[in-house]
Amino acid sequence: MSEVLRKYTVSTRRSAELALLIGAWLLGVFAWILVDAATSTTTAGGWVSLIGSGVILLMAHGVVRRYTPYADPILLPAVATLNLLGLAMIHRLDAANAARALANGTKVPTPDVYFQVAWMFIGLILFMGVLIVVNDHRRLQRFTYTSGVLGIVMLFLPLLPGIGYEVNGAKLWISVAGFTFQPGELAKILLTVFFAGFLVTRRHTLALVQSKFLGVGFPRIKDAGPLVVMWLFALMVLVLERDLGTSLLIFGIFIVLLYVATGRRSWVIIGSLLLMVGAVAAYKMFGHVRIRFDVWLHPFADAQGTGFQIVQSLYGFANGGLFGTGWGQGYPQLVPFAKTDFITSALGEELGLVGLTAILLMYAIIVERGARASVATRDPFGNLLAIGLTAALGLQTFIVVGGVTKLIPLTGLTTPFLSYGGSSLVANYILIALLIRISNAARSPEHDQSAELVSEVNA
Amino acid sequence: MSDFLLTVFRLGFLVALWWFVLRIVAVLRRDLQAPRDAKPLTPARTSKAPSPRPTLRTRKASTSLVITEGTLEGTVVPLGTTPIIIGRAADATVVLEDDFVSTQHASLTPNGNHWVVEDLGSTNGTYIDRSRVTKPTVLHPGSTLRIGRTGMELRS
Repeated sequence: MSEVLRKYTVSTRRSAELALLIGAWLLGVFAWILVDAATSTTTAGGWVSLIGSGVILLMAHGVVRRYTPYADPILLPAVATLNLLGLAMIHRLDAANAARALANGTKVPTPDVYFQVAWMFIGLILFMGVLIVVNDHRRLQRFTYTSGVLGIVMLFLPLLPGIGYEVNGAKLWISVAGFTFQPGELAKILLTVFFAGFLVTRRHTLALVQSKFLGVGFPRIKDAGPLVVMWLFALMVLVLERDLGTSLLIFGIFIVLLYVATGRRSWVIIGSLLLMVGAVAAYKMFGHVRIRFDVWLHPFADAQGTGFQIVQSLYGFANGGLFGTGWGQGYPQLVPFAKTDFITSALGEELGLVGLTAILLMYAIIVERGARASVATRDPFGNLLAIGLTAALGLQTFIVVGGVTKLIPLTGLTTPFLSYGGSSLVANYILIALLIRISNAARSPEHDQSAELVSEVNA
Repeated sequence: MSDFLLTVFRLGFLVALWWFVLRIVAVLRRDLQAPRDAKPLTPARTSKAPSPRPTLRTRKASTSLVITEGTLEGTVVPLGTTPIIIGRAADATVVLEDDFVSTQHASLTPNGNHWVVEDLGSTNGTYIDRSRVTKPTVLHPGSTLRIGRTGMELRS
């Protein structure tokens, strides 16, 4: 028996995680030093930020080691890399803003990067908190409806007069006591928990096939209820909050989960058709959606007006070329919202196609690890939750990077872990904590879990 | 900084970035090649095939579900390695003609040497002995699974 136990305990892969984490931090420091060298800024606060972020990442690793010893070793280092590269780029754009303010003789704005470092701390503290508090992801299934209601409340909170306010035409923000937050980011996670809990009990019914058409089995019409409700809900987000990105993201997560839960391609087909109907209707009815589509199809038609942002972004990519201009050598600050929505184009300009490919590969690896955790998990709820959270991250990245590179219409979401913005960073760290928790359950040796199950039954 | 140094650092960073990505891929690959024992792998082994590796649990998997109460009393449902569905639907594995049973009532899924009962959102609930099943729960041999007016037990 001890032989078996010993064999089970060999590969927790925690040291691999630590090594990768140190590598990620060194990469971040390297980027930061290059930015400082190129923009000749002072580094006092910079070193405090870097060392602080290193310390908190080590603490996060310690918590993973202690509470989820079998967790996937790649998830944490991969997101840490993205976060640290994001910090370096925000620092670089701060320097550009400061230089411009000096040239214009205006007041130098406070560097945003320190706020982002603070948010990274909050995000990682919550990451550790989730790992400690949620000791079994199956517990979340009990909160299926609670998190559904909370998610909807979060999503529509910005509509409340008094606390909600509008930024650039979209009502995504709330402000409480001078503290601003984008509750939609948290809603994404809460709704994924709800979808997973809901679909896990309905999946057999929803998988029933009534008729066959072109070789694909179609479900019964009366089972389409949940999908139609979700569709109307996504349209409501679009109409009331004018938020194309969140609406698309939430509907996308639901379709992915519906497909994984039932294994029926027909749901994807029906969902895509509904999406198209919604898109055409939104195009016909709303001015802001029409502008987005027109800018996407013909950005150069109004290059100094509505198309300015996307045109500058494309120029940035072109300027970067294959190998980029190098940290601090390009002009990413010319793109409006370079720190948030357009950070990908800033990285594309300074690191080039070669660097941006590496970054996108990092996302692909995160998605692969999430999907693997989902496949390997033994309980159906964990299965759906893992793939839902992974889809949330992957779809969000696709929607925003696709928008910035003019592959799809621009929708305005944050790039997970890279963009400047506290709500997004914090929410995504919580999301990764849940994925790590599920991967721990998936990878822990068999006897652990069945023993746990038995003790639950006996209790 | 001179142009030469600038180029060196510009390309140097990209090399470092890709080196890091390749390190991640290396960890990923080693993970894929890890010995099977360290991997969660739990298709239920039937008692016929002796387990090729030592397991901690010596109890053998149950091989059948016996209906002990209700109109189908005495029926034996053989259990394999795939999940079964109990319900009123014609395509359920165990079809129960009972108004208290939902179309897709409950599922029984193999997990290692256990069978795990899960309620599929039924109207009247699934019970093991006297407690209602609210989350996936192991059904032990000797316990009675109750669905509507039917009771059933695992036998090996």
